[in-house]
Amino acid sequence: MPINTILITLVALLIFGYFLGRKRSLAVAGSTAKGYSDLHSLPSYYGYMVAVWAGIPALIILLIWSAFSSSIVTSMTISGLPEQMQAQSKQQLGLVMNEIKNLANSGLIANETDPIKQAAAEHYQKLTHINTMAKTVVVFVIALIGLVLAMRLIKPETRARNIVEGVIRWTMIICASIAILTTVGIVMSVLFESLLFFTSVSPIEFLFGTKWSPQTSIRTDQVGSSGSFGAIPLFVGTMLISAVALCIAVPVGLMSAIYLSEYANKNIRAFAKPTLEILAGIPTVVYGFFAALSVAPFIRNLGESIGLDVASESALAAGLVMGIMIIPFVSSLSDDVISAVPQAMRDGSFGMGATKSETIRQVIIPAALPGIVGGILLAASRAIGETMIVVMAAGLSANLTINPLEAVTTVTVQIVTLLTGDQEFDSPKTLAAFALGLGLFVTTLVLNIVALHIIRKYREQYE
Amino acid sequence: MKDSTKIIKAGLNKRYAREKRFKFFGLCSIILSFAFLLILLSTIVGRGLPAFQQTYMKLDVTLDEETLGVTSNSSSKELFSAKYDKVIRNTLYDMFPNVSDRKEKRALRNIVSNSAAYDLRDKVIANPELLGTTQSYWFLAKDDVDVYMKGNIDRNLPESDRRIKDFQLVWIDRLIAEDRLEKRFNTVLFNAADSREPEQAGMRGAIMGSFLTMLVTLLLSFPVAVAAAAYLEEFAPQNNRWVDLIEVNINNLAAVPSIVFGLLGLAVFINFFGVPRSTPLIGGLVLSLMTLPTIIIASRAAIKAVPPSIKEAAIGMGASPVQTLFQHTLPLAMPGILTGTIIGMAQALGETAPLLMIGMVAFVAEVPGGIFDPATVMPVQIYLWSDSPERAFTERTSAAIMVLLAFLIVMNLIAIILRKKFERRW
Repeated sequence: MPINTILITLVALLIFGYFLGRKRSLAVAGSTAKGYSDLHSLPSYYGYMVAVWAGIPALIILLIWSAFSSSIVTSMTISGLPEQMQAQSKQQLGLVMNEIKNLANSGLIANETDPIKQAAAEHYQKLTHINTMAKTVVVFVIALIGLVLAMRLIKPETRARNIVEGVIRWTMIICASIAILTTVGIVMSVLFESLLFFTSVSPIEFLFGTKWSPQTSIRTDQVGSSGSFGAIPLFVGTMLISAVALCIAVPVGLMSAIYLSEYANKNIRAFAKPTLEILAGIPTVVYGFFAALSVAPFIRNLGESIGLDVASESALAAGLVMGIMIIPFVSSLSDDVISAVPQAMRDGSFGMGATKSETIRQVIIPAALPGIVGGILLAASRAIGETMIVVMAAGLSANLTINPLEAVTTVTVQIVTLLTGDQEFDSPKTLAAFALGLGLFVTTLVLNIVALHIIRKYREQYE
Repeated sequence: MKDSTKIIKAGLNKRYAREKRFKFFGLCSIILSFAFLLILLSTIVGRGLPAFQQTYMKLDVTLDEETLGVTSNSSSKELFSAKYDKVIRNTLYDMFPNVSDRKEKRALRNIVSNSAAYDLRDKVIANPELLGTTQSYWFLAKDDVDVYMKGNIDRNLPESDRRIKDFQLVWIDRLIAEDRLEKRFNTVLFNAADSREPEQAGMRGAIMGSFLTMLVTLLLSFPVAVAAAAYLEEFAPQNNRWVDLIEVNINNLAAVPSIVFGLLGLAVFINFFGVPRSTPLIGGLVLSLMTLPTIIIASRAAIKAVPPSIKEAAIGMGASPVQTLFQHTLPLAMPGILTGTIIGMAQALGETAPLLMIGMVAFVAEVPGGIFDPATVMPVQIYLWSDSPERAFTERTSAAIMVLLAFLIVMNLIAIILRKKFERRW
């Protein structure tokens, strides 16, 4: 049975088990001296208990089986291949396997001319068939065993509610722990691939090298394409574009926040705040398109008209648009911290005869500064990790410069270009993407932790 | 007057001016942000609106059995593979008999989209009695003709700078004079999947792919996020290390760059667990990990807002904590949870970067039918089209952005209405 059918049948079985359990509990129930039912829990809990017993082990088995079966079937097919074919390199073997799989799935095995592949495809087909059969049988046998066991457990003194609630609690704990699992998954995946990468390229070259050209040679005898993986130009490019973005976003965002929280009346605020938030809700791919199509040519023409040579994929264009995108982050975070400054401090300043702007500049901003800095750091981490705008509007070739009118490339752009092409997974080229990902993850993580720490410290100050 | 008062008086005007300037700067930055938004939206709409119309061309085709190589008794298989392109070609040659140059002949064939032959095929198969008759049909015009019809090619430019050459202009002028060229509502945009030919490219595949991906995301992230939020708010022990770790992780995950989730999907789901590439399943898996923190944070706020008195009353009536949660707290918190979920889904709908890592950038010319079919999603489709060199794809990209923004606006409106209607202040 395909997995959908298994799942649907299993759900039907669970519903059946629920009603069976409920009915059974009512049947075994006696009555107490006062005439009430002597069941420990409500009848429906006995039904749930049966469903849980039948469902959870079966589902776990199904999940584990599905996760690992395809690789097991593949390796079994490979071991069925002739010796000289198995001796091929890993990627060639992968290609052969793909061919065999396509052959088996297309149902045209008889048309294949190569007898080895034909046999392998038949073998593969047989194995998948056995695999699905075995999976179906095992899952349902386990579900039925669970059901029968649970049915035998139903007695008036069985604490069905406690059992069911225990299961619910554990499910909730597991769901909450997925956050940890995700982090572990991220760290593991980027770390392992990066370690693999660092076996072929030294970390020192990666971290301090100033030349980035990941084109490795296809043939070993090719000239001048050994590939160099110095990440400095990428990090400098990222910093440059982020800096341009922050130069736009910080003044505009901060002044917007000040105006909205200190000057604007209620109506303007009710209109302006959600409108600003729209900027944050627009998908980044839209900004990227806007940057590449409108802003970059505009800046180029502007530069030409005053006699400047501007690259068509200048860091300025990408940074400018990215700055627009992060205005709302800066403004909403600053707005929060500015409103958190106690009113008494404002009143004190007004009482001393200060004007509103003097109060803001000399009392509120210094008081809110840690929070504002935290907000800016969060915005910076956003800018560093931003992908689509730079993929569409920034350059591809690594260029070590701090001139915003030139084209630079960023870490995220390189990750995308390295991983969207067609190449085998184990080459240093793809692994380099994971090393860059590790760098990106660590940078943004540090920025976030510092920012959150500053913000929390600041909150404590006024609570 | 005292001296100090004098000093203050003298400085007052300057200080008031500074005050005014400061306020003005604040107003300016707000107006600047609005201007950015306005420019962005008007650029997109200005470029995208023409794409909702498409140029069609009327041709009088003679369904000659000899040219087609079939007879009225032919099987449907023969009808399927008959030479419809030849019929279209002959029609065009007949209309412009004095074209003889090979290059010009090729240009003439390319004045109508190559989907015309398939259109004709479908019509004949649906109604084989058409064979031997002459019919006039509207076919899709080629993208260059479409671009010209929308006024995006200036005919005063020197010929070498134009995609449409002088001899083609003569044809187009004649077709317009004979009322054979017409702009109509672009149904292809909504009914077709992606194509290499701009005039045949539609976003139905991408919309369907987005829908399936969102479905997977919702089914995975909503239950998990609600369970996690309920646990953290209602059951988690205070000052427990594991719980603190969970909270720190959720906050950090919310700020991890989306592209890193793509790396996770590639390394763990695709390479380790063997989930098929390019499918809504893998897209949904990755996006649900990404939206989990958003939904968890919103759900926690909603659960926290339910007054303790209600929970205490339920406990007092003999309900267990789990019963209190499912029968009182969650139903009361549901509007807030749903609002957070919709906002999280809207974010996921606009997300592009992680999907590039897991193979959803593949060119998919079919509408996906299930979560195991190769698919692409709307933002990725926008990215793919924006990368295409053809002029006609630029306006289609903008149109696709408009459709995506429309979806996002609808989702956010639903969230706002939900909040307004069901939000309770206790």
